[in-house]
Amino acid sequence: MELLTNILAATVVAGTPLLLVALGELICERSGVLNLGQEGMMLMGAVAGFIAALTTGSLVVGVAAAILAGVGMSLLFAFMAVTLAANQYAAGLALTIFGTGLSAFVGAGFVGEPIDGFTRVAIPVLSDIPVIGRVLFNQDPLVYLSLIAFAAVAVFLRHTRGGLLLRAVGEDPEAANANGLKVLVVRYLAVAFGGGMAGLAGGYLSLAYTPLWTENMTAGRGWIALALVVFATWRPERVVLGAYLFGAASILHLVLQGLGWNSSTELLAMLPYVVTILMLVLLSWNPARTRLNTPLSLGQPYRPGR
Amino acid sequence: MLLLERRSVDSSIMRWASPVLALVLTVVTGFILFLAMGKDPVAGLTFFFITPVSDLIGLAELGLKMAPLLLCAAGLTVCYRARVWNIGAEGHFLMGALGASIVSVQLVDASGFWVLPVVLIAGVLAGMLWAAIAAGLKTHLHCNEILTTIMLNYIALNLLLYAVHGPLKDPYGFGFPQSVMFGEASLLPALIPGTRLHLGLAFGLLAAVAVWVLFARSFIGFQLNVVGQDRRAAAFAGFGARRLTWFAFMVGGATAGLAGASEVTGPIGQLVPQVSPGYGYTAIIVVFLGRMHAMGIIAASALLALTFMGGEILQIAMNMPRAITGLFQGLLLFYLLTCDAFIHYRIRLKQPVRKSTPRAAAAANQEA
Repeated sequence: MELLTNILAATVVAGTPLLLVALGELICERSGVLNLGQEGMMLMGAVAGFIAALTTGSLVVGVAAAILAGVGMSLLFAFMAVTLAANQYAAGLALTIFGTGLSAFVGAGFVGEPIDGFTRVAIPVLSDIPVIGRVLFNQDPLVYLSLIAFAAVAVFLRHTRGGLLLRAVGEDPEAANANGLKVLVVRYLAVAFGGGMAGLAGGYLSLAYTPLWTENMTAGRGWIALALVVFATWRPERVVLGAYLFGAASILHLVLQGLGWNSSTELLAMLPYVVTILMLVLLSWNPARTRLNTPLSLGQPYRPGR
Repeated sequence: MLLLERRSVDSSIMRWASPVLALVLTVVTGFILFLAMGKDPVAGLTFFFITPVSDLIGLAELGLKMAPLLLCAAGLTVCYRARVWNIGAEGHFLMGALGASIVSVQLVDASGFWVLPVVLIAGVLAGMLWAAIAAGLKTHLHCNEILTTIMLNYIALNLLLYAVHGPLKDPYGFGFPQSVMFGEASLLPALIPGTRLHLGLAFGLLAAVAVWVLFARSFIGFQLNVVGQDRRAAAFAGFGARRLTWFAFMVGGATAGLAGASEVTGPIGQLVPQVSPGYGYTAIIVVFLGRMHAMGIIAASALLALTFMGGEILQIAMNMPRAITGLFQGLLLFYLLTCDAFIHYRIRLKQPVRKSTPRAAAAANQEA
């Protein structure tokens, strides 16, 4: 029981960055914009958050910097993909390549510097619940933030006017425009939200998960999150489920080693990526189902008054 | 107010001016960056763009780094023309290096002209195998190729790391994660004696020529273009999209696999963990910058090879982080895509005012 609780708690921690970035991308894709630049935005968030926390000594400032960096990067993408109506695949790739390069450049002098990252804060009463208390309510503050973000996104999408407008723009921008909606503004906001969440996810890595900065420290999590949104068929509840599932896959090698399983670290490190492909296979083999769930205008630039 | 207006015909001048413009903007940004960091911008840019290629050794090194970029880019050109978004050149490359190394390590003591071709073919096949996984996932299981190829890149990297830490590790290598040195017979011959430039560059140039022939002179090249530009038109014409996707992936896997094999049998001579500084990803920039055209990707691969060398020189000469290579590459692609918007659009200063002249009104009335 003790071991299981530990594993579950570690799963939640490993799944949190995925949850954050996938929630952001979910909103972004629901507006019809596919941003493949998650990895680049996460890396910029990670490096900006780390540098800000190191120089000011405040983790809160670090988190704010991480979010701002993510938003800034996403606005670059929005300028290309929304304003200039560029190919979203190419623009997203450019953002990832640019973010990887820029973060490595900015962070070059900070590799190996230690900081004191976020520590666990037990929530009174709730953390006393057996198992669940330890798993969900005795974590660092950013885990709580990710759960709040999930609830907010779920309610926003389903029960608010804003969520309805967002979905309308994603399904049929022409019709939304005809109804007087500012399609480009909605898309800018959605992209910026996605950027902020990706930045926050990056900040989670460099301020809480492993409180240090190394080049490419996201290790493909931005890409896994993109797969996660497909896996979740664009629904927030399934994003949570998927994020923790992938979180479990990414700590599986630690668990196996803890159980005395002697296997190569490198082979086990493949697991999250293999699981991602298997998930994609399971979910995509029926193209009709995928088409049913995909926001209709996903990936297509919109130019008003064509 | 500035207004983006769709051109009635795409601008062919902008199509080729855009990469030049992007380079100029990147250099200008670099200039500002050096100033901001308190370094001499002229010296910095000279170190980055001129110094690396100011002598024969430097030019040979440029060719050395061009080779893998050009090979990967040639394969990706075929993929991207058919709108197959293969991001997996890095993975194909790593698998090519791994496949060639596995065979080469078995043949350390072998001699004869057949050894090198066998080793290279092993690399090509390994690259194709890796591409085949993504191709099958796309054509039969409808998986998005961007996500699968990225995942396969990470898996390939871990496979390679496993190999150099495990089965392929040199037992007398003082614990370093690397394979034994390859035998003489499986090393690529030098193109210019006295330099490290090897046959790989010739492979790259040949691949570029092959790409030109494919698209300018062959039916399958035409089919690839059609399926890329209009999937429905291709379906009506009876061009099998599935077959073309497989073709594109196989070419991409073969060229990138050959690039990986050439890298371990060329300058390195053994399998090491850092066999690629990201050639497979940089090749994506090469393809876009080179306008998916044979001559274009040759020029673009030279430019991006230069960014790898410039980063190294700046690190030594001006004590700047080597990551400036990635920054310049990212900037270049970013500016390129921004400039590319003006192939299809132009900027107008004001919205044109449509005045209803009496004749137009009459015409409108008649139509109604």
